[in-house]
Parts: sequence; structure tokens; C-alpha cells
Amino acid sequence: MASQPQDWSATLKESAITAAIAAALMFPMIGLYTSTRAGGLAIETRWIELAIGVLLIFLGRIALIRLRDGERLVPFVGGVFAVGLGLQLPLPNGLLTVCCIAGGAVVVLRSVVLWVGGKLKATNDARNSPPLAARAQLFLKQYGPWLGAAVIAFAIAFPWLPFADRRLIDLATLVLIYVMLGWGLNIVVGLAGLLDLGYVAFYAIGAYSFALLSSNYDMSFWACLPVAAMLAAFLGILLGFPVLRLRGDYLAIVTLGFGEMIRIILINWVDFTKGPDGISGIPKPTLFGLSFSRRPPEGTESFHQFFDIPYASVDRIIFLFYVALGLALLTNAFILRIRKLPIGRAWEALREDEIACRSLGLNPTNIKLSAFALGAMFGGLAGAVFAARQSFISPESFTFIESAIILAVVVLGGMGSQIGVAIAAILLIGLPEWFRELQDYRMLAFGALMVAIMVWRPKGILSFREPTLRLHEEDRGAKQ
Amino acid sequence: MTKPLLSVEHLSMQFGGLTAVDDLSFDAADRRITAIIGPNGAGKTTVFNCLTGFYPPTVGRLIVSFGESQYQLEQMEGFRIAREARIARTFQNIRLFPQMSVLENLVVAQHTKLMNASMFSIAGLLGLPRYRTVESEAIEKAEHWLERIGLLARSDWDAGNLPYGDQRRLEIARAMCTNPAMLCLDEPAAGLNPRESAELNELLISIRNDDGIGVLLIEHDMSVVMEISDKIIVLDYGRKIADGEPDAVRSDPAVIRAYLGEDGDAQESSNV
Repeated sequence: MASQPQDWSATLKESAITAAIAAALMFPMIGLYTSTRAGGLAIETRWIELAIGVLLIFLGRIALIRLRDGERLVPFVGGVFAVGLGLQLPLPNGLLTVCCIAGGAVVVLRSVVLWVGGKLKATNDARNSPPLAARAQLFLKQYGPWLGAAVIAFAIAFPWLPFADRRLIDLATLVLIYVMLGWGLNIVVGLAGLLDLGYVAFYAIGAYSFALLSSNYDMSFWACLPVAAMLAAFLGILLGFPVLRLRGDYLAIVTLGFGEMIRIILINWVDFTKGPDGISGIPKPTLFGLSFSRRPPEGTESFHQFFDIPYASVDRIIFLFYVALGLALLTNAFILRIRKLPIGRAWEALREDEIACRSLGLNPTNIKLSAFALGAMFGGLAGAVFAARQSFISPESFTFIESAIILAVVVLGGMGSQIGVAIAAILLIGLPEWFRELQDYRMLAFGALMVAIMVWRPKGILSFREPTLRLHEEDRGAKQ
Repeated sequence: MTKPLLSVEHLSMQFGGLTAVDDLSFDAADRRITAIIGPNGAGKTTVFNCLTGFYPPTVGRLIVSFGESQYQLEQMEGFRIAREARIARTFQNIRLFPQMSVLENLVVAQHTKLMNASMFSIAGLLGLPRYRTVESEAIEKAEHWLERIGLLARSDWDAGNLPYGDQRRLEIARAMCTNPAMLCLDEPAAGLNPRESAELNELLISIRNDDGIGVLLIEHDMSVVMEISDKIIVLDYGRKIADGEPDAVRSDPAVIRAYLGEDGDAQESSNV
């Protein structure tokens, strides 16, 4: 748009309008709050907070307008100033401090990007298809396999890196569980194009299969793993049958209901599932029969006794990390391979056009059911690992918000993209857990992250698709 | 006496009170191009949709016979018609898989064969040689068709990014990759320029002569219909009003009255 900076009066006018809108919005939400007093609720006012908030928005708007017009220095200085102010000045509310610092940081970052971008103007066009993303795509196409190998090597070495403490390894296990869930759901949503809002049901089935089989029949983790996967896949088919004719919104509603049904059954079938109390004391996986406890039960040996090393409780967590990593890599290998098989292409064809599929002799029923079954299978696997990690599961772990988060991982990662889903899982699961110190603002950060990804990468972090077959190898990477 | 490839007997299709096709009977032969023409709303696409299993006809029989086999289409599901009775079709509004590559579009069309070879994906997952052979055959077949429609150089493009005329030809090639006994084309020349239209004529004639299958065609473009059809069926308000060779149909007074208007020649030239 305009490359000449506006004159300051126009800038101030536009910013004043923004500030007025913000003031109108913030007056009831921030300006007023209810507090308990003797005899009931009273309304109190927070004029200072409101004023600071409006002022921040006014200044931020000025910075954004100047940035839009290609000016770099003023916003940069202002942004640095805002960050410093946020860090030094004791603002009356922690949220204001966070906003001040984050806003300043965004402005600084954008002015730096503008600087580095050189001649590129921060127009809408540039924002919709940043050259950075195109280059990243090319880079991934060329060095994809090497990058994959590097990531896997990093993951294998991860527990032994100096900064990896107990908590971080445990968190990495959780991230891997979500990576698996994302990949599993990606089959249904990203490849077959069937919007499934009840994916958590299969996660729950996997977790409860392992928990119940081990507590009732003393079955080991490794014996339960295939059973959990099969049960989840079977349930996937059961869900698939009634929804075969549904598409889009209707399918989403039915799958949403299915997810809730499973959770409510788990709560109410007290005899079988112990209801809301949940199941505790779920055993940890063993390494070829070697457990990871300090004092193994009579007649068995534990890992540290067998290898004659001192007992370390972190061993168990590291082992679970490797179990999750192994299963995730298996999932990845399976999906990468099946995508290139007729069934994988049929899923994608079904997503693209069901009527055309029918006219080519593809049976939509079988294709949909296989997508549901395989997607559910990986959900079941992830559920079993989750139960092993937690040692305790209850229906509360399998609420709708879980389905929503898994779906967010898939959508934000880029539907159909394996690496994108893994990155999104790290961002959406890893970072919020890592920033637990932010407490109340953790979910705010989660939301902000989602909005940021949607603004900068509306089709997901990595949204390009590599054909499963090629005739011309030299084309690879040559064109976008 | 051998049976015709396709024989439609007393086909009627009603939507509520509306009779879209009314007691229609015709045959379409092997190695012949049969065209169905008629004014807008004459029921042409409805005939196609009955043939390919999108609607079950209200009354009538649709029989496909080749070799020793014979199929009654009105009793079959849509995907079985394509798979077993080997009827392939294209659509008036193109239905490719836009985000898949050109090559993938043609390979998906050979799904049944590949799926059998991959034995429910198990042989494919293990990469058994049997599956590898069938897969490379499928790619060869796709390559053959890409060459015939002149898209070999663009095999790795997304199908949705092709120019309109190429998309039309790709859809025909995709239908041919299912190894059909009969190819049904719903207005293949719609939106094509005269040069593309001439290329289409060549392609259809080569499909008839070289691949030796029957072609059933709905078309508005008279230059296509008159030039390449071996037989023309004219519909008006769901009824057949003429059936015969192009020259006979062209001079049929009922056709001129109903379809081309009273002043036949002027109308015809404006249609071309």
C-alpha cells in the first residue's frame, strides 16, 4: 500500500479511533469488576488499569501504522522502550505487564523483519505469502530426509543432553503422545477429509484397555499394546458405520457426540471402570521383563539389578520416553508408507471428490472405514502410552477439550503434513506446559499462539503436499 | 445375433411430479460414438446419472453386455457399475482431484487393480515384488495416456492448476484408465476453444478406433456432434424424437422443429 508515511495527524487520528474502540470494549471487561462484600456483590472500578490499557493500544496502533508505511526506526525505538518499561515499571496488573512486554516485542520484531527484508514492503501480499516460508518449503523439499534424520538423532540423544532434566523428559514424552495422536487424526481429517471431533474417544479406549487389562488380568504393557490398538480400531469401525453418509458439519456433530458418549460411559459404568474415581496403580512398561522399580517383586529382577548399576528413578522416565519415541517413529513410518499405497491415495481422492471416486469404481464405504479404523488405532496406541505415563487415569483426562487440542495440532500443523503436525504438537503442548509459571496466562498464551499461527500461516505451519508419485525427478524443488 | 454394448429399455425417471425421462429406449454399440442431444432440460444428464448409478430409475432396464457377461445397471451400486460393468464417465462440471498431481489422478483411477495387488495394503506395506510390478504397470498406463493427451510434461502439476482444456482432457484420460467398456462423456467440449475442440474430436475418434470401446456423448457443440458421431439420439422433454445417423437426424423435420427451431439453418449456425 502506501509507501510514503502518512502525516502524523492522520496517524494520530487513526490511532485515536482504535483507542476509542478499545476503550468502549474494555470499559465493561476491565474497567468494572465484581467483588464480594459483606451482604453480596459490589461493583468496583479499575480506572487506572483501563487508562493504561487504552494508552498501550493507542501507542501500539501508532507503531503498527508507521510500520505499515515502511518506517522502521521510530517503531523500533518505541518497541524497545515498551519492553524496558514493562520490565522495570511496576504496573498495577501482571496482565498489563505481559501485554506491554509482548506488544513491544512484536513491534521490535516486525521492525527488524522489515529491516532485514530490505526492499520488501510489509504489504498485505507479502504477509500472505512470506518469501521466508517459500524458502523454507524449498529447503524442506531438498533436505527433508537429512532434516528428518537430524531430528530423529536429536530425539534419541535428547535424554542425555545436559539441559534435559526429569521434568523436561517427562514433558517430551507427553509431546510425543500428542504427536502420535496428531498423526493418527491426520489420517482421518488431513488425508480422508472427514472432520472428527470425537477423536479423544479412541485415546480413552486405548488408555482404559491397558489400565483394565493390566489391573484385572495382570497383563503387561507390551501384551496390552496390540489389544488396545485393535479395540480402538474396532471402535473406529463401529463409529464409522452410522456416519458413512454424513459429511462436513453433520459428521463433526455426530463424532462430537460419540466422544462424549464414551466419556459418559466411562463415568457411569462404575462396576467396570471404577467411574469417576479412575484407575490407579497402572504398571509401567518393562524392558524384556526388567522392571524399573527400586525393589522389584519377589522372583523378578529390575533394570538396575540386572545391569548392576545404582538405582536412578529417572531411568524409568527415560525408558518411557524411548517407548513413546519408538511408537511415534513406527507410526510415522507406517503413515509415510501407506500414503504412497493405493489406499492412501484413495483417502486423498475421497477428500477431494467423493462423487468422482464413485465413478471410478472406488468403494467409499471401505475407504472411509479404513481411515476411521487406522486413525483410531494410533489413538489407541497413544492412549496406552498415556496410561503408562500417568499411572492413573480417570474420565476427566478425556474431555472434549482434548479432541479440540488434537484437532488444533493437526489443523495448525498443516493438514496432511507429518513434520508440520510434529512442530505444532511441540508448540501447542510443549510450550504451554513449559510456561506453567505464567499460571493464569498460560491459556492466554495458548490462544495467542493459535491466533499467531493462523495469521501468519493460515493453511498450517507446513501446508504443501508432495505428490506420492513423480515422473520427472528434476522438477523437485524447481517450482513451488 | 450379438447384443449391443448398452441397451436402454423403457427408461423413465420421475422426480416427484416431474418426468425428466419418459419411456426412453435406445442402443449404443461397441466401437461407435453415440451422441445424445437435445435442448436444455431435455433429460440428457438424467439419462447419464441413471446409467452410472446416481439415481435408481423409476422404470426401465439398463443392460450392458460384453463378452459373456451381462449386467443390469439399475440394480447395481454406483461404484460397482464403474468397477464391474466397466462404465466410466466424466462430468459436466469437471470433477478432478484438484490437489493431487496429474499422475496421481490417473493412478487413483486404477485403484481396484492396485488394491487387489496390494492385498489390503499388506503386500504394499512390505513392498513385495508382485505389488511393485503392478504399480509400475499402472504408472506406465498413466504415462501412455498422458502422452496421448499431451500432458506428459505436466505430470507432476496439481491437477487443479491445469488450464481448463487440459483438465477436460485429463478427466477423459482418467476415465479411460479405469479400462472401461463404455465411456460416457457429459459435454466434453463445453468451454473449449475451436482448436481444443478439434483436438477433442481427434481424441474421441482415436478412443473409438484404437481402444475399440463404445462412447456415449452428451454435447451441445454441433461441430463435435455432427463431425464424429456415428449415431445421434435426440431428446426433447424427456422423450426421444429422433434416432439415426447424423445426416438423417439433421434433416429430420421433428428435430428441426423441436431442437433447432422453426428456422433450422439459422439456429444451427448460431449454435456452431
